Amino acid sequence: MTAITSSLRDITFEQQLAQRQRRGKILEIAALIAILLGIAMLLTLLVDVVIDGLPWLRPQLFTEFPSRFPEKSGLRSAIQGSIWLMVFTSIMVIPIGVGAGIYLEEFAPRNRLTEFIEINIANLAGVPSIIYGLLGLGLFVRGLGLGRSLIAGALTMTLLVLPIIIVTTREAIRAVPRSIRLAALALGASQWETARDHVLVYSMPAILTGVILAMSRAIGETAPLITIGALTYIAFDLRGPLDIFTVLPIQIFNWVSLPQKGFHDLAAAGIIVLLVLLLSMNALAIWLRNRLFIRW
Amino acid sequence: MTNRRILEQKTVLVIIFLFALVSVFTTFGIIGVLLQETILFFEQVSIVEFLTGTRWTPLFASKKFGVLPLVNGTVLVAAGAMVVALPLGLLAAIYMSEYASTRARSVLKPFLEILAGIPTVVYGYFALLFVTPILKSIFPQTQAFNALSASIVMGFMILPTVASVSEDALSAVPRSLREAAYALGATKAEVATQVVVPAALSGIAAAFILAISRAIGETMIVAIAAGQQPKMTLNPLESIETMTAYIVQVSLGDTPHQSIAYQTIFAVGMLLFLMTLVMNIISYFFTKRFREVYE
Amino acid sequence: MNENSEYILETRNLNLYYGNFLAVADVNIKIRRHQITAIIGPSGCGKSTLLRAFNRMNELVPTARTEGEILFNNENIYDPSIDPVEVRRRIGMVFQKPNPFPKSIYENIAWGLRINGFRGSKSELDDLVEKALRDAALWDEVKDKLDQSGLSLSGGQQQRLCIARTIAVRPEVILMDEPASALDPIATLRIEELMQELKKNYTIIIVTHNMQQAARVSDYTAMMMLRNHEDRSGTVIEFDRTEVIFTNPRDKRTQDYVTGRFG
Repeated sequence: MTAITSSLRDITFEQQLAQRQRRGKILEIAALIAILLGIAMLLTLLVDVVIDGLPWLRPQLFTEFPSRFPEKSGLRSAIQGSIWLMVFTSIMVIPIGVGAGIYLEEFAPRNRLTEFIEINIANLAGVPSIIYGLLGLGLFVRGLGLGRSLIAGALTMTLLVLPIIIVTTREAIRAVPRSIRLAALALGASQWETARDHVLVYSMPAILTGVILAMSRAIGETAPLITIGALTYIAFDLRGPLDIFTVLPIQIFNWVSLPQKGFHDLAAAGIIVLLVLLLSMNALAIWLRNRLFIRW
Repeated sequence: MTNRRILEQKTVLVIIFLFALVSVFTTFGIIGVLLQETILFFEQVSIVEFLTGTRWTPLFASKKFGVLPLVNGTVLVAAGAMVVALPLGLLAAIYMSEYASTRARSVLKPFLEILAGIPTVVYGYFALLFVTPILKSIFPQTQAFNALSASIVMGFMILPTVASVSEDALSAVPRSLREAAYALGATKAEVATQVVVPAALSGIAAAFILAISRAIGETMIVAIAAGQQPKMTLNPLESIETMTAYIVQVSLGDTPHQSIAYQTIFAVGMLLFLMTLVMNIISYFFTKRFREVYE
Repeated sequence: MNENSEYILETRNLNLYYGNFLAVADVNIKIRRHQITAIIGPSGCGKSTLLRAFNRMNELVPTARTEGEILFNNENIYDPSIDPVEVRRRIGMVFQKPNPFPKSIYENIAWGLRINGFRGSKSELDDLVEKALRDAALWDEVKDKLDQSGLSLSGGQQQRLCIARTIAVRPEVILMDEPASALDPIATLRIEELMQELKKNYTIIIVTHNMQQAARVSDYTAMMMLRNHEDRSGTVIEFDRTEVIFTNPRDKRTQDYVTGRFG
């Protein structure tokens, strides 16, 4: 449009449009590269782990206890510990978290105390996980005298995951339209009956999805469990909640910390197991989301 | 309503109210536990020595309790991580919010989510056994445990957090502002960098501070890859120790209850808690300011 | 080229799509230079879509697609060789809701000049900012608070700031999308008076809901309506001098609409 001039053009613009567009292209490419770098790093990590760990991914990995020799070492006690830790944590955190979520979303009066609780939850979500480990050490291991037991670990994880469960529960509940609540109340239901038979039922898939995602975060947590004193070397089967225990990420950490190359590769194999576990939990959550979600 | 129904509602309400209070008890629990041991600690060590001393040797025969080397290590690693995470995270957010097509977003976003969901112990493995050997081949003086590899890997771990929180802020900038800029003859990049980013600045600031807070509290990467040598250095190729790594180090040993070494981890934990608390509060205020403008 | 020709913009067989939906069909109109052209019609008939086609703002919607030509000084702005950024510098736009940048009043105006490559001195820039504010009849109200945020102004002032921002970069055409619909009657009146001033130097196309406003301010009026109720596509059913549209329209539907007998 070079030929166009306006009667009003008292200013000279040095448009340099080509140069401006070129600069814009550079920004776009740089921004894309930033994302691709992240993805490249993820893929490198996965390939590295698979190359190192795949040869060690054999039956003994699941049937053997840890040992001084890499060839004889396995994840038996760690897998038991991780599974039971998740079971006990879920049993405690789901009712507490969902209950607290319902209370805050459906019943809580708008007052100082409610606001205080909400600020607390927001802040707890930002507290480093190792601090929860110190809390667990002081409160459950020493204070309640539970020792370095599975139940002390599960209690610690419960407090750690709680804010996430509360937040996802509230989001899920909020998605249920107000009209549904009004309809139930108009039939003579109490507020609790409305929440129990309608709001909670309709938001359950979303809550479950959130719970699974929160648990998949918990299963990879290491620092708080080390702090409460979960052990790295456990050569017997878990018999009850008061037993000492170890979990997958702690066993991996232990093997990475040992000098022998064999243990490092064993750690890689352990990482594969951990990642597959995580991936299946996430896949389950996505499946739930696609299958059971109600679209209002 | 029948008495039974009224009773049920009342009982349930009391129970779930108590559940909601658990979060408050958690906060008080954290503060209480940390405070209790920290007070015992400061009965034996002066708070001035703790906060200003430059030697940290509580596990040795000649005990020194200056926490600064641990703070130095923590800040060194976190700063390195930010050099990676902040620019890349912001650029990634700009791409997602301003450039990516719906289809590109749906492909790229899950990758970033996976990156954020990898357990930190896995990142530690990668830092120690993959990144450090590469660093050694470039800089031969690199030590087996060093701050740099932890920084780089931590940066990538935090990148998705920066990207997703910043992207939320960028997307919340009203379309009308973008249109106003386009209607004046601005290019897409000019709209993004000169209108959208400045308008979302407090939201982006909140993302950055959140990222710093996470880097300071991150434990497993540094415990595995950065070493156990508390020292005052700015050389990222050397072995250092962070506050979190120190807590792990003591936890792994057989430290007797009520020993001074046991109390140190609570004192260090208290300092860590306060540092992240301050940052979370600042981040909260930035977020709030951002919401007041656009929501 | 045809700098002084009577027509500044001309659409030829213009079809505007969102995905597969033909939102505006087969528009052929010629816009006269230094005149105010109003586009009127019921909601949802594609007035804004047509307006946004004139400076290629439609392209910001990912699914939008354009067929046909729009000639600007006899040059097709949809030609592949033309950069939409250049088009928008020459054909500016004022929006329904005032949308000043969250920057100072001064910066709101200076920014457009700067990105478009104004390389003058600070004092020249000051002069241009002042001139734009004077032309938008806002100078006297803001001259003492140029460093305050544009958001601190009242709604009507904000809209005049947006007009000042637009004219600062010297466009030839100003597109206005219901510029007064969010304002009170007094602020509306000021905008309408301002349009009469601006018309001396600019060509204005205004979309409005308000038929009295169209009758008051415009020289020409394009009447838009859905072609039929099956495909929901809007089109221009009549285009003429405003007084003709309002007093003696050829189309029965136009007559029904302007006399309030529509729908």
